[in-house]
Amino acid sequence: MKVLIVGSGKTLYFLSRNFSARGYQVVIINRNPEECIQLSRQLTATVVCGDGSDADILKDAGAMGADALLAITPNDQDNLVICQLASRKFSVPRTVALANDPDNAEVFEKLGVPGFSITRIVGSLIEQRASLEQITNLLPVGEGRVNVTEIVLDADSPVVGKLLKDIDLPENALVAVVIRDSNPIVPRGANDLLAGDRVVLITLPENHGPVLKAFTGEQF
Amino acid sequence: MKNNRYIVIVGCGRLGSHLANHLSRSGNSVVVIDKNEPTFNDLSPDFSGFRVHGDATQMAVLKEAKVNQADILIATTHEDNVNLMVAQVAQGIFRVPHVLARVFDPKRMEVYAQLGIDTICPTSVAAEMFLQAVANGAAGRKGANP
Repeated sequence: MKVLIVGSGKTLYFLSRNFSARGYQVVIINRNPEECIQLSRQLTATVVCGDGSDADILKDAGAMGADALLAITPNDQDNLVICQLASRKFSVPRTVALANDPDNAEVFEKLGVPGFSITRIVGSLIEQRASLEQITNLLPVGEGRVNVTEIVLDADSPVVGKLLKDIDLPENALVAVVIRDSNPIVPRGANDLLAGDRVVLITLPENHGPVLKAFTGEQF
Repeated sequence: MKNNRYIVIVGCGRLGSHLANHLSRSGNSVVVIDKNEPTFNDLSPDFSGFRVHGDATQMAVLKEAKVNQADILIATTHEDNVNLMVAQVAQGIFRVPHVLARVFDPKRMEVYAQLGIDTICPTSVAAEMFLQAVANGAAGRKGANP
């Protein structure tokens, strides 16, 4: 998979490092010559120095054969135009634009460019963690059709002390892993659950609430 | 041409202020948006419209300028991408009937023509005029000196 990333700073650096580590072919476009030199020394990625909203620079970066493009510059207008050029002129199948102004995430969607706002994502993460300390939503899979959630069982939990096969679990839910004293166990029906266990659950959005209720006893 | 339209001009540089002065003088309601307040000094004393100080790539600023009521929006900042974004937002979200954007880069212009955004490219316009002048000049000399 070939990914183009247009942007600067730490987000760009760590994303590129992450993608390279997964074996993706990463091409970075950055306007600052000094940062480009640093990036090319630190990363295995190809670095193209220039304005990512210039069609010639996108072409130099190999936009024509890219599978995805990420525009994460600090300027929303640049991110929008970069994605539009990439998808319209170079037929890049997947483009994503960072909306620095959270309102622009919707604006981008309405203009046909998938957008995301870091402010919103971090904001909602903080809210979730603050309101439900024992529950962590790890990641949505399959465009949010599957949830992977981690719950820390406290002593009041209705499932503590029970065998897995005796728990009345709603349909379409799975206890994927139990982490006990930092040892992961892939459980079977004969495994029990204890207070302090960290349980990783796989649920679907429609039964997410009932499953959480079964494990915590609280209403969601 | 009616002269009582509601016109929003984004960018109050040389071009933006010139357009604003001209359109205001001919009887239109004009709102000028610019993120640098001192640029409003370029508006002539008889400019009777409103000034909005802010970044037009933010929805809140466009709402403050009541872009949803505009008949015409002209994006004239010195940044192509700002003009293209504002023009698309005005056309696609605020449903402004007539939107124009200044775009310096002719390559970018092509893509936005496909998206139905009316653009004016000073680079192409000037190049054409220069080429014509050169052709005419050459023809003129030929005519004078066969």
